[in-house]
Amino acid sequence: MNPQDVWITFPELLVWFPLLAGLVCFLFKDNSKVKSWVLLVSIITLCISFVSLYFSDDAKYLALNKASYTLKYMNNGSFILGLDGMGRLLTLLTAFAFPIIFVATYNTPYKSAKNFYGLMLLAQSGLMGVFTAMDAMSFYFFWELALIPVYFLSSQWGGERRIQATFKFFVYTFAGSLLMLIGIIYVYLHTININGNGHSFALYAFAGVRLNPTEQNWLFWLFFIAFAIKMPIFPFHTWQPDAYEQAPTATTMVLSGIMVKMGLFACLRWLLPIFPQATIKFDTIIIGLSVIGMLYASIIALKQDDLKRLVAYSSIAHIGLMCAGIFTKTEVGLQGVMLQMFCHGINIIGLWIVIELIERQTGVRKISQLGGVAHKAPILTILLVVIALANIALPLTNAFIGEFMLFNGLFAFNKWYAVAAGISIILAAVYTLNMIQKVFYGEENSITTAIKEIALHEKIILSVVVVLIFMMGVYPQPMINLTKGTVEALMLKFN
Amino acid sequence: MNTILLTAFLGIVLMMIGAFSKSKTLPRFVAIGGIIVILIANMVELLSQESFFTFNVKNMLTFNSFNLAFIGVALLCTLIYFLLSGSAIEKVGSYVAEYFALLFFVLCGVAISATFNTLLMLFIGIEIISIPLYILTGSDKRNLKSNEAALKYFLMGAFSTGIMLMGIAFIYGGNDQATFYISQLGFGVGKMSPLIAIGLVFLLISMSFKVSAVPFHFWTPDVYDGAPTVFTSFMATIVKAAGFFAFLRLFDNGFGVLQPQWQKLIVLITAATLVLGNLTAVFQQSVKRMLAYSSIAQAGFMLFALFALNEKAKEGLILYAAAYSLATIGIFAILIKMKDYTIDGFNGLAKKQPVLAVTGLVFLLSLTGVPLTAGFQSKFYMLMAAAEVASYTWLIILAVLCAAISAYYYFKIIQAIFFKESSSAEGDLTENITPAFKLMLIITAVLIILLGVMPGLLTDWLYY
Repeated sequence: MNPQDVWITFPELLVWFPLLAGLVCFLFKDNSKVKSWVLLVSIITLCISFVSLYFSDDAKYLALNKASYTLKYMNNGSFILGLDGMGRLLTLLTAFAFPIIFVATYNTPYKSAKNFYGLMLLAQSGLMGVFTAMDAMSFYFFWELALIPVYFLSSQWGGERRIQATFKFFVYTFAGSLLMLIGIIYVYLHTININGNGHSFALYAFAGVRLNPTEQNWLFWLFFIAFAIKMPIFPFHTWQPDAYEQAPTATTMVLSGIMVKMGLFACLRWLLPIFPQATIKFDTIIIGLSVIGMLYASIIALKQDDLKRLVAYSSIAHIGLMCAGIFTKTEVGLQGVMLQMFCHGINIIGLWIVIELIERQTGVRKISQLGGVAHKAPILTILLVVIALANIALPLTNAFIGEFMLFNGLFAFNKWYAVAAGISIILAAVYTLNMIQKVFYGEENSITTAIKEIALHEKIILSVVVVLIFMMGVYPQPMINLTKGTVEALMLKFN
Repeated sequence: MNTILLTAFLGIVLMMIGAFSKSKTLPRFVAIGGIIVILIANMVELLSQESFFTFNVKNMLTFNSFNLAFIGVALLCTLIYFLLSGSAIEKVGSYVAEYFALLFFVLCGVAISATFNTLLMLFIGIEIISIPLYILTGSDKRNLKSNEAALKYFLMGAFSTGIMLMGIAFIYGGNDQATFYISQLGFGVGKMSPLIAIGLVFLLISMSFKVSAVPFHFWTPDVYDGAPTVFTSFMATIVKAAGFFAFLRLFDNGFGVLQPQWQKLIVLITAATLVLGNLTAVFQQSVKRMLAYSSIAQAGFMLFALFALNEKAKEGLILYAAAYSLATIGIFAILIKMKDYTIDGFNGLAKKQPVLAVTGLVFLLSLTGVPLTAGFQSKFYMLMAAAEVASYTWLIILAVLCAAISAYYYFKIIQAIFFKESSSAEGDLTENITPAFKLMLIITAVLIILLGVMPGLLTDWLYY
């Protein structure tokens, strides 16, 4: 099947379907039916994503030149969507995450639920768009469009300090993306269109752009700051713990599971191929920042009493390792990043689900106030322990493979960095096991006696997460095969 | 030509209505009907390049598609303004027909200052815009603030007019041709006598006064705050855009070759306008006053057109004029309906008036410059135009940082609308809202989104 002949292709379907379905949500009169609707929609999206693994054309990374729609009225603006290996990996993650989130929070009541779920689907559409955009303009559009629904979700349904925390997050990312916009405009003005006249926003044109070293250097930072804020990398991380803590848990899952991957993804797609020399020049600085961030976040995590903040800081540490992996520019490091992006997304969503379940039953998130949950909910505890062990990358779990590859890459780059980063893994074991010990074992108290065993659908969804953790921990090859093409194409830029 | 004559004619018709009819609503319907006719006449002129009326204007006015497209934008925005806020004009005082008549005279001035080809016509155009505005600013006769604003505006306006006349005199005396025609000034590249330099700086200052660029902005917050809110809405949008358009045409057609000499001045003014406008807006508690500062801040972005002076900049200015005017007219229309003009007055609006809240959100996002809105596209065009110049990169970075600051104060209103609870549980936040008003708000919001997706719908008219 020649993809040129098809009027709508998988990437478009992945973007438009959640968008339209999300808009439909706002029209619902009945708040209870909307839950079933979004669940159905997210499962259909997951199916589309699965099918796309087998049937979509394997877009040649960086060489894709197929405008989905050319908008006549937008200057040189074409709207190009495409899926390469990395794109399929992350759209799959996005498609996976939403049904899991919807099932896990099925019993959580939301005020005006139709708006909540409508915005969730809009966020999904925006995220899909970011991962499939092959054109800088559409990339920028989706980059912002993913942000707006999340801003509203957090500010409307979040915790007590939600307005300030979310606003901090918004201003940070908005400032970052505006800097990126300048970068995009400058690169655009240096591109050459495929037919030799005018400029183009397409990825292939961006990747083929010729910039002198000084231009590369400052453009690199314009892009990188935007991505670093999104990831977030030390010292741009200050919005993150507050935003995670204050957002409603379903939104936190989207934020930490998928949205932070936008930053990593964007580095791989829009930074490395366009500014290879600047990447080589600044790699030590950025890996240094990442490693500092890892240690710093791990040490702070040790002291956290709030479960959400604990996971937030542990997430900063993990993202730091992935960011370092990107800038090692080694094949194994990049492959590790790909794998770890997916695994981290699954694992952290699993952790949030457990926190959500505990918080919904007890109303408390403080580690010091909880204890002895294992007596009351043994199955929850077993599932949690697996997820938590995956979070500290124990062998047989999915994160082990990814982090092993990342450390391998980091070691090849500079062994002292690898040593420093290794310390954060030990710290991760300390704070995670400490949390398990205090919350799940030990004595019951007045708060935790109220806890009941989790419901069937929650067991199922956590089991799905656990099965995924083991499956990918034992047999990660399909994932590696999926992203091999992307990694090879990237490596060509550095050889 | 159609617009100049028809607006003047309609202004007179409305004054007659005021003299012979006691009806309070008739002027509004005549005005709306009139503006539609004028808009169509203008479009016909744009499409056919022929006016209904033929006068020998001795080439003192030029009617090309660029100028006519701008007049079209101004008329369209005025139409939306009349439809949204026309009923509010009726409430300002008892001389309704006169208010509409004065607004039409302003439009006549807008058309002249958009098509001028000699410095004299520029002067006449700017004056025809200004004088009715002095009256409108003070139209709330019994309000002391309104009176103060009118007097302040008049004094400041007279002052800047004087400077402008002086500048024109210097330019006239200084150029070899001894001509007022801006296209015949005939400067050589990089050739500037002291007389011309003084004249140019004077013109720059007086135009900066009119578009309230820093450091000539001091009148703006007080006048915008003091004037009746409906007229503030008109002044801050259509009039300001017209001022910019005249500014651009004067410096592009008249002093384009001397750009290297005056570009630095524009850079300084732009930077100052961006920084001061945005930073001061952050501290405002009254939404009306905040919008006054926001109009200064947005002027900073519009000044990029003068800084860049290329094709993109011209497209961008028209787009910016439309995007900024539509969004600001919309947000002012909502503000007029509010009982409390402070930011806290908006608390909990989303629950009580969802349509106002959602359309207000679109307007504010557009002013912030979020993608998919016209505001983003216009900022994008301006940045693109400035990036093509390839110097003063720091100015562009400063501009986007200021845009990020602007998110702060625009989002304060969004937060109030959506996330905060109204302090008084009972009682409405707004005066009564008609379905027609809601419909108009929705149409305006849709227009903004449409321009955000396809800015070419507007910019293509420039090359018709």
